[in-house]
Amino acid sequence: MNRIRGAFAVPRKGETFELRAGLVSQYAYERKEAIQKTIMAMTLGKDVSALFPDVLKNIATSDLEQKKLVYLYLMNYAKSHPDLCILAVNTFVQDSEDPNPLIRALAIRTMGCIRVDKMIDYMEEPLRKTLRDESPYVRKTAAICVAKLFDLGPAMCLENGFLEMLQEMIGDPNPMVVANSVTALSEIHHAAPETQALQVTPNTLRKLLMALNECTEWGRVTILTTLSEYRTSAVNEAEQICERVAPQFQHANPSVVLAAVKTVFLHMKLVNAELSKTYLKKMAPPLVTLVSSAPEVQYVALRNIDLLLQKQPDILNKELRVFFCKYNDPPYVKFQKLEIMVRIANDRNFDQLLAELKEYALEVDMDFVRRAIKAIGQVAIKIESACEKCVNTLLDLINTKVNYVVQEAIVVIKDIFRKYPGYEGIIPTLCKCIDELDEPNARAALIWIVGEYAEKISNAGDILAGFVEGFNEEFSQTQLQILTAVVKLFLKRPDKAQGLVQKVLQAATAENDNPDVRDRAYVYWRLLSNTSDPDAARNIVLSKKPPIVTTIHSLPPALLEQLLMELSTLASVYHMPPEQFVGQGRFGADAVQKAAIEEQLQNARENPLAAAAAAAVDGTSAPQQQNNVENLLDIDFDGTAPASAHKEPGGGVSGLEGLAGTPVRVESPAGGVPSGNNNLDDLLGVFGDSAPSTTSAGAPPSGGAGADLLNGFSGLDLTGGMSSPPPASGSNQPKKTNEDIMSLF
Amino acid sequence: MLSGILIFNQKGENLIFRAYRNDCRPRLADIFRIQVISNPQVRSPILTLGSTTFSHVKHENIYIVAVTKSNANAALVFEFLYRLVLLGKSYFGKFDEEAVKNNFVLIYELLDEILDFGYPQNTETDTLKMYITTEGVKSAITNNPTDSARITQQATGALSWRRADVKYRKNEAFVDVIEDVNLLMSATGTVLRADVNGQIVMRAYLSGTPECKFGLNDRLLLDNDAAGPGSANPSSGGRSGGGGGGGSKTRAAAGSVTLEDCQFHQCVKLGRFDADRIISFVPPDGEFELMRYRATENVNLPFKVHPIVREIGTTKVEYSVAIKANYSSKLFATNVVIRIPTPLNTAKTTERTSQGRAKYEPEQNNIVWKIARFSGGAEYVLTAEATLSAMTNQKAWSRPPLSLSFSLLMFTSSGLLVRYLKVFEKSNYSSVKWVRYMTRAGSYEIRF
Repeated sequence: MNRIRGAFAVPRKGETFELRAGLVSQYAYERKEAIQKTIMAMTLGKDVSALFPDVLKNIATSDLEQKKLVYLYLMNYAKSHPDLCILAVNTFVQDSEDPNPLIRALAIRTMGCIRVDKMIDYMEEPLRKTLRDESPYVRKTAAICVAKLFDLGPAMCLENGFLEMLQEMIGDPNPMVVANSVTALSEIHHAAPETQALQVTPNTLRKLLMALNECTEWGRVTILTTLSEYRTSAVNEAEQICERVAPQFQHANPSVVLAAVKTVFLHMKLVNAELSKTYLKKMAPPLVTLVSSAPEVQYVALRNIDLLLQKQPDILNKELRVFFCKYNDPPYVKFQKLEIMVRIANDRNFDQLLAELKEYALEVDMDFVRRAIKAIGQVAIKIESACEKCVNTLLDLINTKVNYVVQEAIVVIKDIFRKYPGYEGIIPTLCKCIDELDEPNARAALIWIVGEYAEKISNAGDILAGFVEGFNEEFSQTQLQILTAVVKLFLKRPDKAQGLVQKVLQAATAENDNPDVRDRAYVYWRLLSNTSDPDAARNIVLSKKPPIVTTIHSLPPALLEQLLMELSTLASVYHMPPEQFVGQGRFGADAVQKAAIEEQLQNARENPLAAAAAAAVDGTSAPQQQNNVENLLDIDFDGTAPASAHKEPGGGVSGLEGLAGTPVRVESPAGGVPSGNNNLDDLLGVFGDSAPSTTSAGAPPSGGAGADLLNGFSGLDLTGGMSSPPPASGSNQPKKTNEDIMSLF
Repeated sequence: MLSGILIFNQKGENLIFRAYRNDCRPRLADIFRIQVISNPQVRSPILTLGSTTFSHVKHENIYIVAVTKSNANAALVFEFLYRLVLLGKSYFGKFDEEAVKNNFVLIYELLDEILDFGYPQNTETDTLKMYITTEGVKSAITNNPTDSARITQQATGALSWRRADVKYRKNEAFVDVIEDVNLLMSATGTVLRADVNGQIVMRAYLSGTPECKFGLNDRLLLDNDAAGPGSANPSSGGRSGGGGGGGSKTRAAAGSVTLEDCQFHQCVKLGRFDADRIISFVPPDGEFELMRYRATENVNLPFKVHPIVREIGTTKVEYSVAIKANYSSKLFATNVVIRIPTPLNTAKTTERTSQGRAKYEPEQNNIVWKIARFSGGAEYVLTAEATLSAMTNQKAWSRPPLSLSFSLLMFTSSGLLVRYLKVFEKSNYSSVKWVRYMTRAGSYEIRF
């Protein structure tokens, strides 16, 4: 409303006009108040760039607070008035020679943030002076300013030898100056590796280790990170680093602890086995302590612990209990704790773990319950001696008759069958639940079990006949299983299934549109009608399958190594290499194109703004025009930006959904599933390559593992919806997942 | 590193927008609002869209958001956000929407100071308060170059947490040992998990630059002492001041405690602790958290709770909860609150207690039983009955755990004792030290 009114108002009135009047008032307090109001308007997203010249007039003041506000305004709008910025230069240069170190620092700090090309030329002198300032506070600020300058004009930064100056400053007596110099150098080094800005030599190493114990907590993180990136081959250096860094495990700041763990972990490889063992022991308690920090920090810590455990499975052997979920833990923490508990499960603590998991399986958060049940299965497959207890626990759970509990338990039991023989006795119990299963995954699992043990189930034929009856109403994934199971039954007991196999092959080839189902049916048909080698079908369909080794998701070793070097960063939280979510090359070709289009749109959005703003300086009609632009911007934004951020994943998922005949969920811009879907896609892609071979051998393997992978990942990004709703709508999400898999095979 | 810091209220209005880098554009505020605040499905504190990552924490009724464009250090980002909350609390008392709106100028000033180009700088409250102050007071200080020089010296120095010229007429140090005891007990009464998160808070009013040495009945330290022959026995000598009501015991008598892990304030010389487990430091002036520790062995549980909960059909739940104090009868706990969950469809409850008052709180789905003063050794019982209303879709009750909160003075669950606190200063003044112990309930949960 305000905007519309503003757009039609006479330019002589309105907020901007009032602010301007205040800014040029003859009373200091009125001017200051007007500046504050301007900043407030700026925060609210109003464009107050038209006031630039008036605000600028207030820059020469002795009031530090006011100066800071003017500087803040300058930083925000410098780009819209590059020419006028020059007017501020004089004040900056003067301030950088002020007797008060706070003001000197403020001047040099702000100068670096005014991203206007012309400013660069004036920065050289003040920067050079402040880098050699007597006050460490000014020096540490100037050090960071070099990084800012490099970002603006690398050439100028190199020509003037600022890099060399920074490198010298690593030897500064003040630890904070050292830390900031290292920060700036490492930023430059990462932005432009060819500069070789940050080279750790034995000499700098010594200085860094010295500064480590004295600087602020954040400085410690910087230094530790640098140390962790330092690759040495000298054993004594590695020993020295570990020795000096290990005390930092006791720091109160979790990020310092994680950085220290990272550094020691990476350098530990070089020191002798005995010593590295003690370091592993030493890092366990601090890691556990991280689990009692704030939930967000905890989450980061847990994701990192997960990585560490994949490399060193036994460091937290005795700490199972600390990972028990608290009732009030946020879901993302709970899910991660579950994964970690399974990783540290062993034959001594599984009793405790199972009791705990059973407790979780009786909670109400559906997603969490499913994961807990899955974890029981993972424990069973990981620890042979635990298997019987796990199966009993699962049977107890099936007896609760809670729909989703039963379904998940059956999927899990199927995996157990794939590893351990000897549990056929429970099959009748499972078959009793047959009518309750409505998820394709669970149906498929049960049918697989029936097919696999057809010779031991007296009424296998009847059970399967029921499924064949409604063959065309089933999900494709289930159809594939029915097909395989019936063929297995036929091969094992030809007398009973003669008619059934005919019927199902007929249904799958003649009445089915899904090429996967059809193709598999044809393959079976051929095999069965092969008269030259009557054993061919038997050898292929009933061949002995290799037992599965684990259902716990582990990262490929190469990726794991890479991620261990990224400990405590976002990459370690996502368990993805940084290239996948930072900067370019994140998407495929068309996504890049999309990004380019978006960038153009954005430029287009900015340019009229700049144009409008420029016009505003000239004079009269500007405010009006500008307000229009602003309105357009908003509309423009609301529509496009989120949509474009989502187009890709959204398209992919709903496409699949459409195929399988479930209603397509319309993605409102607000309701989107974030980039997590990209991961899913990626992963599925990877998986698709290896999957088909397994599928033809005996189907569910790939389905099961695939689902594990998927769920592992949705834990990461919390694909959303799984949690809250009533069962009916809640099952929507898992279904989608399954279809993803199915349509791939 | 960080590209920007944003603060939102619950409605998604942008209260603070501070960009540190070029790539933090105003439209990101809208994206965050749409993707996180108005999206009920988001359940992760980290969200990456495109190449922009939003990391947020929620405090009171505001969202504090860090925007990053690179593969940033996630632990550091969150820790920094929490530090910002802490700063806000110490500046404004309460860090909520109102405080942000009323103090936005000061917040911008703070943000300018504690982050430079997205890299965290000095975030020590005490130091910052010297030169970033609420209106009026400050101009006098900061406009004086010599004062500023001193301030900046401190803001960057090796002792960035302490001024050099502190003077007190009476030198005192107060040590509070505060333990949060966590318990998770299964329905069958076995202890699934019991541990202690302790913190030692110190209020130091000491002149000059005092070097402090702090001793606990830490088993490893005591073993060290025993191993090193002839090492002077410092036990009771250090406790010059009275008041430490726990009573100073000789080493032989005091049981020792195994600390699983300790974390120290940055003033503690970590190298020293690592080498011989001696806690030595130059304290900041005033109140600070000296250390945090964790203990998991021999945890003394102050309360034993026996809940019996029976669901009778679908219409009624019967409770009988007995709670017994498991500490010396000389002590007493205060503010004991027992929260007993009821099913979501509870219509009405009746309670009877042998002590204290019980009340049904429908909005929390709890029966809350409060006992203001709970003497050691006492045992109290509550019997209650919840009548349930009929529901159309019968959903099982999740039976959330029963939880307890209390505070108990002069008791430590871990058995930790302060053995000594020695203060060394050039001028060799004598100082008075006071020690206080308190145990509180952390997450004290009993399943049933």
